Amino acid sequence: MANETATKEPAENEPKPQSEKTEVEPEKLPNIAVRFAEWVFAAPVIALAEIGLVMRLLWDTVLWGIRRPYRISLVISMCEFIGVQSMIIVGLTGASVGAVFGLQLVEGFRQLGAENQTGSVVSIALARELAPVFSSLMISARAGSAIATEIGSMRVTNQIDALTTMSVNPIQYLIFPRVLAGLLMTPIMALFFYLIGFAGAYAVATEVYGLDGGIFIERMRWYVDAKDLLQGLTKAAIFGVTLTIISCRQGFYASGGAAGVGLATNRAVVQSSVAVLVLDYFITTFFV
Amino acid sequence: MSDTKASTEKAPPKTEAELDPVHIRIRELKKGYDDTPVLRGVTLDIERGFINVIIGGSGAGKSVLTRQLLRLEKPDSGEIVVDGTDIAMLDDWKLVPIRKKFGMVFQFGALFDSMSVFDNVAFPLREHTKMNRSEVHDRVMARLATLNVAHAAHKLPAQISGGMQKRVAIARALVLEPEILVYDEPTSGLDPVSSRIVDDLISETAASFGVTSVVITHDMASVFKIGHRVNMLYKGLIEASCTPDEILRSQNPIVIDFLTASGVKMKQ
Repeated sequence: MANETATKEPAENEPKPQSEKTEVEPEKLPNIAVRFAEWVFAAPVIALAEIGLVMRLLWDTVLWGIRRPYRISLVISMCEFIGVQSMIIVGLTGASVGAVFGLQLVEGFRQLGAENQTGSVVSIALARELAPVFSSLMISARAGSAIATEIGSMRVTNQIDALTTMSVNPIQYLIFPRVLAGLLMTPIMALFFYLIGFAGAYAVATEVYGLDGGIFIERMRWYVDAKDLLQGLTKAAIFGVTLTIISCRQGFYASGGAAGVGLATNRAVVQSSVAVLVLDYFITTFFV
Repeated sequence: MSDTKASTEKAPPKTEAELDPVHIRIRELKKGYDDTPVLRGVTLDIERGFINVIIGGSGAGKSVLTRQLLRLEKPDSGEIVVDGTDIAMLDDWKLVPIRKKFGMVFQFGALFDSMSVFDNVAFPLREHTKMNRSEVHDRVMARLATLNVAHAAHKLPAQISGGMQKRVAIARALVLEPEILVYDEPTSGLDPVSSRIVDDLISETAASFGVTSVVITHDMASVFKIGHRVNMLYKGLIEASCTPDEILRSQNPIVIDFLTASGVKMKQ
């Protein structure tokens, strides 16, 4: 029966089916060179527009943040979420990075007969770079993704509109506590990473390679000063604001239901991570 | 009513604008997205103390109109005058006191899913009043009891039915005793019995609290049951603005088409 219908020729005088009348020609796509050129020129514009949007949101966040009411309990709750709940993953990463770094350095320095320098190099690297960058990346993966998902879900289910209609500014209520918690807690997490990382490197150097623990610590004290720690903590504070504002931006402007929230979460983590790595270079240039 | 007022302060005398029978005056309101006009010059009066229904087919611009009315979005041009203040182009921080006049019941409730039913309803009180814990508790439980959802106070929104969520949303919208209540598709997604219960709630709320109600719907049974004024939106313009009885006698072909397609029998 199906074959009969399929092979049936339309009679000459029979009116054409409706679908044929409304058929439109498929849109012709520009050739690949034009599309490539468009992509090359559009990408920087899109990136700049995105940076502009994030900076504008950060400015609005500051303006709404200094305005009453001050929701201290929300800030504390966000500090707990961004900081305390990230301790395990930051600690694990710190221990792993510290131990592996210690392992590599002892092996490398041993060939030069300078393994006693391990403590100083581990400490400087952790304080200046590894602690702020790794702890920020871990917080971005754990808390940044959760922030984007939560705010994005609120957006697509009208909960943010509900806040607005109740005369509660959503930037003040949702974004400011998260950004402030990022600013406060990321440096604390970086310091925690530094301590755990140093302990990991110390354990490997002294227990596995038999280096003298006293020399290891003394070298660290000799080379690492407050400026190194300040550099790391400054970076962590800037990274904390960056990753939270990017995550909030992605959630706050999410659209398109569950798929849109998924995309927002994905972008939040990718953009935060890239921003941390790029900013790291520029902040470092101020300190060296 | 007076025993549940948010504040015991004496209410200030009403201004001339607050005595105006037109509560919200919308004039030549336009809004479009990416060069596609949605509202093309809406002119509409929302009458004080009445249930003003806005009907229209899908894509007519009902939801966009609601978003402009509550200034969730800035219109492209036009006026939205609420009690004498044009809010169309006001800055966000200047809108704060105006928005307190509004309560909004969203289509799917928009309850905060991380908070219990009780906390959802208590939220506006905690944000905007200096009521102590027991006052908040009493007020919230009274509102929940009025709407027959007091037994679900400790539950999360995900643990209650759609009809109950809608009732909780109404309780939340009412808890600060707003002057204007906006309902977005209040009966959509509900079974006929629940729909009629929600209709009754809207009527009772308007009667007992004296609020101005704006109901966005395409449920014609609701329109004729609860509406005092019916406004029909068609392709971004108001095609009819009259009483339910008058709209049944309309000679406007667009109105006739919409009503007959909705199963309404026109009066000759």
